[in-house]
Amino acid sequence: MIAEAPQRGRWAGLVFQCFLVFSLAVGVITLIVLFGQVLIDSQGYLDTSLLENPPSALPELAGARPAILASIYLAVLVFGFSVPIGVLTAIYLEEYAQKERWYNRLLELNIQNLAGVPSIVYGILGLAFLVRGIGLGRTLLAGSLILTLLVLPTVIIASREALRSVPPSIRDGAYALGATQWQVTWRQVLPAAIPGIATGSILALSRAIGETAPLLLVGAVTYVRFDPTLTSAFTALPVQIYNWIKQPQDEFKLLAAAGIVVLLVMLLVLNSAAILLRNRYQKRW
Amino acid sequence: MAAGDIVHAQARPSLGVRRRRIGEDIIKAILGLAALVSVLTTVGIVIALILPALDFFRAVSPVDFFTGKDWAPLFQPAHFGVLPLLAGTLVVTFIALLVCVPCGLGAAIYLSEYAHPRVRSILKPILEVLVGIPTVVFGYFALTLITPTVLRGYLGLSTDVFNALAAGLVMGVMLLPIVASLSEDAMTAVPNDLRAGAYALGATKLEVSTRIVVPGAISGIVASFVLAISRGIGETMIVLIAGGTQPNFTFDPRVSLETMTAFIGATANGDVPTGSIEYKTIFAVGLTLFVLTLAMNLIAIRLVRKYREVYE
Amino acid sequence: MTDLERKTSEEVAATSTEAAPEEADIVFEVEGLRVHYGSKQALKDVDMRIYRNRVTAFIGPSGCGKSTFIRCFNRMNDLIVGAKVEGRIVYHGEDLYANGVDPVEVRRRIGMVFQKPNPFPKSIYDNVAFGVRVLGLKDDLDGRVERALRQAALWEEVHQRLNDNAFGLSGGQQQRLCIARCLAIDPDVILLDEPCSALDPISTSAIEDLIDQLKKQYTIVIVTHNMQQAGRIADHTAFFSVETQPDGHRTGVLVEYDRTNKIFTNPSDARTEGYVTGRFG
Repeated sequence: MIAEAPQRGRWAGLVFQCFLVFSLAVGVITLIVLFGQVLIDSQGYLDTSLLENPPSALPELAGARPAILASIYLAVLVFGFSVPIGVLTAIYLEEYAQKERWYNRLLELNIQNLAGVPSIVYGILGLAFLVRGIGLGRTLLAGSLILTLLVLPTVIIASREALRSVPPSIRDGAYALGATQWQVTWRQVLPAAIPGIATGSILALSRAIGETAPLLLVGAVTYVRFDPTLTSAFTALPVQIYNWIKQPQDEFKLLAAAGIVVLLVMLLVLNSAAILLRNRYQKRW
Repeated sequence: MAAGDIVHAQARPSLGVRRRRIGEDIIKAILGLAALVSVLTTVGIVIALILPALDFFRAVSPVDFFTGKDWAPLFQPAHFGVLPLLAGTLVVTFIALLVCVPCGLGAAIYLSEYAHPRVRSILKPILEVLVGIPTVVFGYFALTLITPTVLRGYLGLSTDVFNALAAGLVMGVMLLPIVASLSEDAMTAVPNDLRAGAYALGATKLEVSTRIVVPGAISGIVASFVLAISRGIGETMIVLIAGGTQPNFTFDPRVSLETMTAFIGATANGDVPTGSIEYKTIFAVGLTLFVLTLAMNLIAIRLVRKYREVYE
Repeated sequence: MTDLERKTSEEVAATSTEAAPEEADIVFEVEGLRVHYGSKQALKDVDMRIYRNRVTAFIGPSGCGKSTFIRCFNRMNDLIVGAKVEGRIVYHGEDLYANGVDPVEVRRRIGMVFQKPNPFPKSIYDNVAFGVRVLGLKDDLDGRVERALRQAALWEEVHQRLNDNAFGLSGGQQQRLCIARCLAIDPDVILLDEPCSALDPISTSAIEDLIDQLKKQYTIVIVTHNMQQAGRIADHTAFFSVETQPDGHRTGVLVEYDRTNKIFTNPSDARTEGYVTGRFG
């Protein structure tokens, strides 16, 4: 009798499930179409001249070499700045700060808030203080500093998670052997947290490479045809792509697609490294 | 051996000798300095925005700014009504929400309540990929595919080359993983006992998901919406590329528009003389933007704290 | 009583002889020690003496403050937020809790082994060498590691794989490793907080034999919830119990402290007698 009775709400359930799958599909299909579109568009322009040549008024000759170099330099600089500052801040918050104190609570709130500030506001910060304030000008150095501040909250939050995941029994064991607080942190806690910190930093870094808005305000305004240096004007790859999209000729849009492919490949490499790292070290515990 | 041990212990400095460990103090100072960087960043942002903005509001009345419907800072005579920019931002964000709220929530419910663990382990990373795509790529996609092929082509709408609809739809997909991820976290935090109790009473999966799990995770879910709004308001490249730079006080999504972020991006990318009124508009608009997103972020942080407290 | 718990009270009386307490050195003189966690008192005033080269055990029901008490000896309670320790513990003439005493120095002389073995996620060698390196003693590191592992009766089992990860060892071996790394820095006293509660009976027996050996060189203080264990290895035993305060919260209190055989065969306090005869757990 029970087997024959109609399942209550069967149709509603099915419709609902369809909607759910559709929701997921929106995301997945967009992803596939986007990649497909970009790959198709980039066909004619994905060649070595893209990587070797500087930008030019002629789309056949134009390349993204200075932009690619600028992005790579930025990545190295941002990594070098943000990881030490971010990890040290995370160590302060997790291991040293007394959580009840108001200034530490405010510090935590501050970091969480900074994580949500629009990236273009960081650009404004850079424009006001670094480019015009200190007078660094629209240089690679200024760009790297602003991107550092942008990704710093992400590095801090990821590092805190990593530090928190180290069991307290490790700290107890080290303290009981007469280690000072820094010795416990530096010799036991930090090494155990490195996989998590590395993964988080790499993900923050890949965000920095893809960022365009702040660099609109801090990067070069006109064409940059030369290889960038620390104190020269620069155009990062995403900005170069944007510049090409802005051009009226259709060929430049296709060139932009080629630039996008290069950018996505760079990000793919970085993210794969992060995933590999995470998997390799996860078996530890 | 016993005698040797006692000698060894006595050979160490007396406990009472107050050895101030200078190394530890230096370390603490360095750590404090590192933490100070984030404080200085916020202070810097506030100063960088407020000082020029105050200057601006001395020249332009705040009433004109916040209620004016004409945004033409470079014209003669200049008009500084920010409402067109605000309208642009809100229209695009609203369209984005129309996409990311239902679909993000739907995806989250599916992943949390319906999906096989194996399916989940494949789909979740795919959604994560969406988060990692640079916004300039989304902008390109909106401009070169959505507007010509989908909107004008399939749907036959008569839109401008730059329009809020394309930007909003693509932004919605970009925000989808944010809503999905945070909502899913909140839903998985709902204890299984609650679900088990409902199933045992003969509830269907649909009923359990919508009447037990979603309400149980509501503060996390709402937090994800608020966060999405904040991200949407602050997003620049998609709207700059696909939305355009023509301020328009309208709620028609088919025409060109300019959002606050697009204005800042476009203007600062040009050569604007420091100290001029046009230069200062960047900061006035920036301040408005910052205050809006700050308010959203604080609400979201509050809500996340609430849902974490309930179950942990 | 099982096979392992075979020592009778006569055997207990026989082992805990040596010098009478008044003649043996006093390592710790505890005066009026009390501990608060926030506003709640966890441990009421304790006065006692710990003697050199003896094993002193703290026994009692759960919540009686014995773990809190043992952690006072190496100032580990300093690390707990909101913990307040008052009173004195005089160690070789100096109060551990005097102003200006560096807890780091205290812990280098008074070592601790924990309830759940907690080796570092490093190699066996690095585990033992950690304390030595932290002390800055780089000379003869290999020698110190070997001596410590031999003293902990672990050398034979691991000397061929010193570079292996410590997590590959069994529970009992890990605990002996923790003892070895504690021994490597030549402490004066070894505190053990329920060291066998996470181990199987055979590992437990191995560690009890080890403690019996170690007491010849070190002073041992051990917390145990297993009173038969106290009966087997301890020279002196302190019995703690729980007192409920008027406002409802529970405080630990020292009930009786004496030679082990007296505690188990002829206790002075009725509460002690109730506990050791198993009338309450």
